[in-house]
Amino acid sequence: MSTQSMTNQDAHAHGHEHHEHEHHDPVATRVFGFWIYIMSDCILFASIFATFAVLGTNYAGGPTSHELFELPFVLVETFVLLASSFMIGLASLAMNKGDKQRTMLWLALTLILGAVFVSLEIYEFHHFISEGAGPQRSAFLSSFFTLVGTHGLHVTSGCIWAIILLIQIATKGLTDMNRSRLMCLSLFWHFLHIIWICVFTIVYLMGVI
Amino acid sequence: MSNQHQSQESHDHGSVKSYTTGLIISIILTVIPFGLVMTGALSTTATLAIILIMAVVQIVVQVVYFLHLSEGSGPRWNMISLWFTILIVGIVVVGSVWIMFHLNHNLMVGM
Amino acid sequence: MFGKLTIEAVPYHEPIVMVVLGVAALLGLAVVAAITYFKKWGYLWREWITSVDHKRLGVMYIVIAIVMLIRGFSDAIMMRSQQAIASGGAEGYLPPEHYDQIFTAHGVIMIFFMAMPFMVGLMNIAVPLQIGARDVAFPYLNSLSFWLTTAGVILVNVSLGVGEFAATGWLAYPPLSDIQYSPGVGVDYWIWSLQISGIGTLLTGVNFFVTILKMRAPGMSLMKMPMFTWTALCTNVLIIAAFPILTVTIALLTLDRYIGTHFFTNDMGGNQMMYVNLIWAWGHPEVYILVLPAFGIFAEVVATYCKKRLFGYTSMVYATVAITVLSFIVWLHHFFTMGAGANVNAFFGIATMIIAIPTGVKIFNWLFTMYEGRVQFTVPMAWTLGFLITFTIGGMTGVLLAVPGADYVLHNSLFLIAHFHNVIIGGVVFGYLAGFTYWFPKVFGFKLDEKLGKASAWCWIVGFFTAFMPLYALGFMGMTRRLNSYDNPDWHFPLIVAAIGAGIIACGIACQLLQLFVSIKNRHQNIDETGDPWGGRTLEWSIPSPAPFYNFAHIPVVEERDAFWHMKENGVSEQKPAEYQDIHMPKNTSAGFFIGIIAAVFGFALIWHIWWLAIVSAVGIFVTMVMRTFNDDIDYYVPAAEVERIESQRYQKLSNQA
Repeated sequence: MSTQSMTNQDAHAHGHEHHEHEHHDPVATRVFGFWIYIMSDCILFASIFATFAVLGTNYAGGPTSHELFELPFVLVETFVLLASSFMIGLASLAMNKGDKQRTMLWLALTLILGAVFVSLEIYEFHHFISEGAGPQRSAFLSSFFTLVGTHGLHVTSGCIWAIILLIQIATKGLTDMNRSRLMCLSLFWHFLHIIWICVFTIVYLMGVI
Repeated sequence: MSNQHQSQESHDHGSVKSYTTGLIISIILTVIPFGLVMTGALSTTATLAIILIMAVVQIVVQVVYFLHLSEGSGPRWNMISLWFTILIVGIVVVGSVWIMFHLNHNLMVGM
Repeated sequence: MFGKLTIEAVPYHEPIVMVVLGVAALLGLAVVAAITYFKKWGYLWREWITSVDHKRLGVMYIVIAIVMLIRGFSDAIMMRSQQAIASGGAEGYLPPEHYDQIFTAHGVIMIFFMAMPFMVGLMNIAVPLQIGARDVAFPYLNSLSFWLTTAGVILVNVSLGVGEFAATGWLAYPPLSDIQYSPGVGVDYWIWSLQISGIGTLLTGVNFFVTILKMRAPGMSLMKMPMFTWTALCTNVLIIAAFPILTVTIALLTLDRYIGTHFFTNDMGGNQMMYVNLIWAWGHPEVYILVLPAFGIFAEVVATYCKKRLFGYTSMVYATVAITVLSFIVWLHHFFTMGAGANVNAFFGIATMIIAIPTGVKIFNWLFTMYEGRVQFTVPMAWTLGFLITFTIGGMTGVLLAVPGADYVLHNSLFLIAHFHNVIIGGVVFGYLAGFTYWFPKVFGFKLDEKLGKASAWCWIVGFFTAFMPLYALGFMGMTRRLNSYDNPDWHFPLIVAAIGAGIIACGIACQLLQLFVSIKNRHQNIDETGDPWGGRTLEWSIPSPAPFYNFAHIPVVEERDAFWHMKENGVSEQKPAEYQDIHMPKNTSAGFFIGIIAAVFGFALIWHIWWLAIVSAVGIFVTMVMRTFNDDIDYYVPAAEVERIESQRYQKLSNQA
């Protein structure tokens, strides 16, 4: 959106004529602020990846990544998350067309796929723990559970956010505020899939080579 | 409000086509590394190199087709902050591994 | 029901602690009674606690910083007097477990709860005014950041009366900080106070980064920004990039302590050296987070009081940016002795020495600004001159420590203690106190007392050298840090000198407080009618003092660096605008306050393993946040007539003077 068009829109929305002052555009500022938060989140994940890189082979006599990981399962997880990332893209497109119904439909699908992904991860964690491979077993497992778990927590909070956003869009429509929220959530969701690419490559694939 | 929607469509969030392209390339770039590792078709070194390259390419693809950062009219600072973040991520990860590897080496961990 | 919390957690058998608590309780009661007596609760709630005004938040940050300065400094006095007494078999008056908590608390409080809030406070006050903005990009987030910081402060201070604080040193290295060796709640207090306030700091970083990039007045390109804004921008970049590392490091330690993972343990594949590596990957940028804004303040102060534009503005900008990047590739110099070997040590040693170059560039920027300038020896200038000498010495001892070979001798000795106090007191504290004096009239509308300000600066400077020069010598004499008692008689005399130095610094702090008291008492004599008490150069001086809540009635258009100076030269600074317009402002909100307070309860519950309370407060935080997002009534318009009324008062005053 060009600054000019948003300035006009902002002024009309408030029924005020502010040609002089509103030289910044609140929606773009909000999305940019969220982008900067995502950048800091990247570094948060980088620190956890660094920890995994250092401690990831300290099995302490416990189960190794070769024994634990099942790639077909991870492949399914990956496709579920990729599909959800695609869905939220469609939701943004629908939002740009001003189509409230479709925006909500795609967002709901994103949410459902996200929830499926989290459920798969919980299942995997439960499976590992019941086999005696819990986070307390070795430094490898501590860093594995923390890295994958942190990603899972992010997806979970994305799901909760999507639920709230669905309520907000349903009650208030595609207002400026809700539009910027959906733009932020879609950035967040795409970012989480990018992190997942690193997770399946570095943790799972490199763990069983 | 209508002019605003038009201006955004023309510029902001790509199209179904770009998302679909991104999706298809991503699927390919996911299937290949999984396939290589699961079948063990190539040597360990070759597999490692290919899966790392595939991961980097897939990240770039998603940045271009899903995040639409490559589009010229997008805010310059998003790009600058991304590059700075990549630099810091590189420093933290590579630096930590370098330091910790040398510590382990000098302390003869595992010997 | 109350987890690990029992009545035994209150240290009623420790007289020192109980006296401190008693005094604190009395002071607290006095404040509460005074507020009640003057019927100020409503005012406090409406105008301060729920405020999203960046100037108000800045003032509250600085109030916290000054209170915490006193708290942290009492720890310092206790350590200095303990070491002055506990020589040659004497035990002193502080038992080891208490002494250990004191030096930990001193470091944590001074860095996280004195320096950080002071820096964020000054940034809050000055940055939006310098860039010609009416508020920060996300005012509600700003209030939330403040209250999260406050939650951290509350937890640190609660540890004094309920339970204990960490006895591990300010960075809580494992394995000492693991549950095995620190089974008490001390480290948990450390963890949660830092984690909660760290999130606040991260939000501040994002907020101000966006503010500076997106909210500048029209015409103010990056290279026309005031120097303090530049350093604030770089500091926020550092906050955004470094604080996530701290969050992760503390979180991993938390997992080790709470659920028994093995990141930093001695067994099961854990590696405590990874903790040291990670915490310094945050820790080194952190010192630049603190010192860069101080550099910015000195640049503003020097240019203002020498009546010259800053010498070498461009070089200083590039130096600042260079430091921002370089500060991320030097962290290993904090643990040269851990054994990474010659190649790694050499790389980080050289990188550390390189960072002295841009810093040296800045020293010359300030010196050449003063050269041939009409220097006015005001209080901020006194701090600046003290800084130039002190910081240069500290920088040089730093370069000495950057040589890995020398570091093997001096690591963890008092030489190191002297070095970092030399740069932190000489750089950070002097800078913030200069900024405090410099911007005070802009916030409150009257100037601070000059005499007492200078007395304070002299006490600090003299006290600093008396207290810390002996520590350099003691380092060479082999004295290590964090000693509760010692038997080497040679160390005794220098430690007595150091204790005297701490006493002189105490006089400096007393002068500062007295200055505040006297200035408030005599405020009508020192009133700042014009809004430009120092003959300033940047936009904050173009508006009245105290700054109106909307800052700028008209957003200024910037043509030059030193925008206000330029306006004054062209004679347009005092022109009354033809008409005013409605001003769009954010509404106050109590959400930040409630989230912060509930976060403190959340931290307290986790520290004491009161799980039900942790769940309840976590839900409370979540519900408050969600409720806030459903509130659309977040802004309003100040009518043009109201703006005109406020502004014409100022022009009335100006014409009265003329």
